[in-house]
Amino acid sequence: MQRFAELFESLDTTTSTRAKIGAMSAYFRVAEPSDAAWATYVLIGRRLKRSVGPALLRQWLREEAQLPEWLIEETYGSIGDLAETIALLVPNESTERALHADVSLTEWFNARILPLANQSVAERRQHIVNWWHELPYRECFLVNKLLTGSLRVGVSRSLVARALAECMDQPRVQIERALIGEWDPGAEFWRALSHNEGNLHVAQPYPFFLASPLEGGPGPLGGRDDWLAEWKWDGIRGQIVRRAGQCTLWSRGEEVITDRFPEIARAAAALADGCVLDGEVLAWEGGRVLPFARLQRRIGRSKLTPKILRDIPARFLAYDLLEVDGTDWRRQPLLERRARLATLLERTDSSVLGLSPEVAAPSWDALAALRAEARSRGVEGLMLKSWQSSYGTGRQRGAWWKWKIDPFVFDGVLLYAAPGHGRRSNLYTDYTFGVWLGDTLVPVAKAYSGLTDAEIRELDRWIRTHTREKFGIVRSVEPQQVFELAYEGIASSARHKSGIALRFPRIVRWRVDKVAAEADTLPALRQVLATQQADSHNV
Amino acid sequence: MSSADLITATSRGLYCAAGGFYIDPWQPVEHAVITHAHGDHLRAGSAGYITALPGVGLAAQRLPAGAPLVPLAYGEAIDLGKTRVTLHPAGHILGSSQVRIEHGGEVWVVSGDYKRDRDPTCEPFEIVPCDVFISEATFALPAYRWPPPGMVAVEILEWWRANAKRGEASVLFAYALGKAQRILAELAALTDETVFVHGAVAAITDVYRGRGIVMLPDAAASSSDSSQYSGALILAPPGAAGSPWMKRFGEHRTGFCSGWMRVRGDRRRGGYDRGFVLSDHADWPALLRTFRESGARRILLTHGHTDTLCRYLREQGTDAAALHTEYGSGE
Repeated sequence: MQRFAELFESLDTTTSTRAKIGAMSAYFRVAEPSDAAWATYVLIGRRLKRSVGPALLRQWLREEAQLPEWLIEETYGSIGDLAETIALLVPNESTERALHADVSLTEWFNARILPLANQSVAERRQHIVNWWHELPYRECFLVNKLLTGSLRVGVSRSLVARALAECMDQPRVQIERALIGEWDPGAEFWRALSHNEGNLHVAQPYPFFLASPLEGGPGPLGGRDDWLAEWKWDGIRGQIVRRAGQCTLWSRGEEVITDRFPEIARAAAALADGCVLDGEVLAWEGGRVLPFARLQRRIGRSKLTPKILRDIPARFLAYDLLEVDGTDWRRQPLLERRARLATLLERTDSSVLGLSPEVAAPSWDALAALRAEARSRGVEGLMLKSWQSSYGTGRQRGAWWKWKIDPFVFDGVLLYAAPGHGRRSNLYTDYTFGVWLGDTLVPVAKAYSGLTDAEIRELDRWIRTHTREKFGIVRSVEPQQVFELAYEGIASSARHKSGIALRFPRIVRWRVDKVAAEADTLPALRQVLATQQADSHNV
Repeated sequence: MSSADLITATSRGLYCAAGGFYIDPWQPVEHAVITHAHGDHLRAGSAGYITALPGVGLAAQRLPAGAPLVPLAYGEAIDLGKTRVTLHPAGHILGSSQVRIEHGGEVWVVSGDYKRDRDPTCEPFEIVPCDVFISEATFALPAYRWPPPGMVAVEILEWWRANAKRGEASVLFAYALGKAQRILAELAALTDETVFVHGAVAAITDVYRGRGIVMLPDAAASSSDSSQYSGALILAPPGAAGSPWMKRFGEHRTGFCSGWMRVRGDRRRGGYDRGFVLSDHADWPALLRTFRESGARRILLTHGHTDTLCRYLREQGTDAAALHTEYGSGE
């Protein structure tokens, strides 16, 4: 654990990609195989099923810190991270360099953290509170992090894969592939990984290839003929893995969602064995795509009733073919992959499995004209893919572009603020914005991004000096600051007080030139919703 | 606040009407009693200054030439108006004082900035029994608890050594007045190597040496040849971070010494490679311990987390209130 804590500190205190890879690589070279596997597991952001929630931890903190509850909450509000607040507040006898026996990362998980799940609350409390008192600050913080969620230490899965590739001297794509899907952290996983046997269980998906946003127009891309244009569908990106008589549907979040979409699984069974398709899961009815909000209702259900299946039918539109006849096809040019994909889909003769259609337009100008219709077609814009491109890993600029439509915008008033996470954990960076309904402000959107670091610091200072009330770590502020917010779509929602839900809201700019009275109104947003619904019925 | 209060917060600073003087005023006044030479406590333009003898050199360096400075030895009494005033060590930096004011059988103490941890560059904080204690509250949250300074010095040395092993320079940012000299003195117990310093640090370090403080030898970081600095430690004020002056060091790592480095968000946001928790202010336990030991029946708080500490003290049955001042929370 000490060694892993040192790795965490190295990663936490540098912004250099090179230094991060170096630190991870150095750790992987010396760590015990099972420790290295567990470290990989947590570094790529995997989390265990939580055995104790934040409410209990806060209760135990109150009992152990011997401080009034408001003072703990105020300290938590200032620090913004529960794991760290506990490590700083619980009286601790050991100094930072205490000579306590080091317990390996593997033992921490296998012998301490995982068994919590089967213990009574009293037993869990006893163990966890003991750790708080015994562990030095750094390790206490880390254990709390492992108990409460992910590490958020600023490394992505592909960065971890680069470090692993470096110290194992293996291709990074191979490593990336082995890290996705389900695997058990342990010595066996590590051995297989380092012997290039990977973790290729039968349903193993491939890493998704992602497009980069196209700023400006497609002019610089060259000839129109070199590019495939497709609609940018607004659904769940997914992969169908059809091998050894089984079908598995993976989401881009690497979750198996096969049982959420039984009709897709049934249709995929008609595919020839040994193939993998990349595509989009969509809610689909009457020959057109339904808004994402409808699909979301289906994901949200714990149980799929016949009624839900009937009301919100799902479809899989395939973009790409990654494997066929048991062979990895990702190096083939897109032109070949698409042709083969089309043949494959024709043979299934299914209305549920389809090919994402090519958007036919002879010139970039003609394509731009079609893009302008995107919103009424219920799509987010266009995808442009080089016909010569292979299917890469992650986001590599150049071969695939997303050419999205301009977002909707509105002006909202800052109402509430809460501290952020990780790098921003003691700054107020999670904001709630409202719009006018008569003479009251109704919350309509939460946004976390879009401001510069300097603006964030300035707004943080403003929030601290213009707080009206504190609710735990959330503060309500004087309704004065106006922000321009962008969003991708709007849906009606019974769960929100405002009756609407905005998709991907984010801050465009701080409107220091505006006062709260000039912000938008809820009726104006509802009008956007009404127009959008009318549009989608007229195409 | 009652009109009978010996010291009140005014628009110019903390004012003692019975004595006709201000303590650490932020606007020019007739008579200023100065707790220490940091910029937010010592400002130019007043007609007369009284400060502790060990701090006179620092104050003189920071005020315009010829500023009227009256030195007062720790414990030596001076009568100002109807009051009797003495200065007592505050343990913050060289020459830092608490101001004790006696009038009509009542004793008030103004702490200025202070700490309770040992510091080889200045006299330790002295407990001055009083009726009313006016305290700073810079780090008045229970999360702020300092590790032993000797341990932090070892961490700095280990970081320096690890960087040196890679042939890199170690640039450590610290307040030029007080913190930088404290680091040089702490490290003197562990090594005898020469440390490069920024010009702002050098001038002040000379004043400290003049007072007989034992520190590592320092040399000006004036060469622009980066090979000079490979494996070396450089002390610089935080303002030098990101400036063109840094270019001379070639491959280097940066660190920052401050109480604020206790919190991860502040460590990360600062953009330094390392944060060392070394503060010249009292941490949460030290604040509470000092109030207890002073025997004060009333606590007034000047700057920092004043509202939080105030509420906590009141709940514990202590009479406490906040005073509005313009002292900073930088460190």
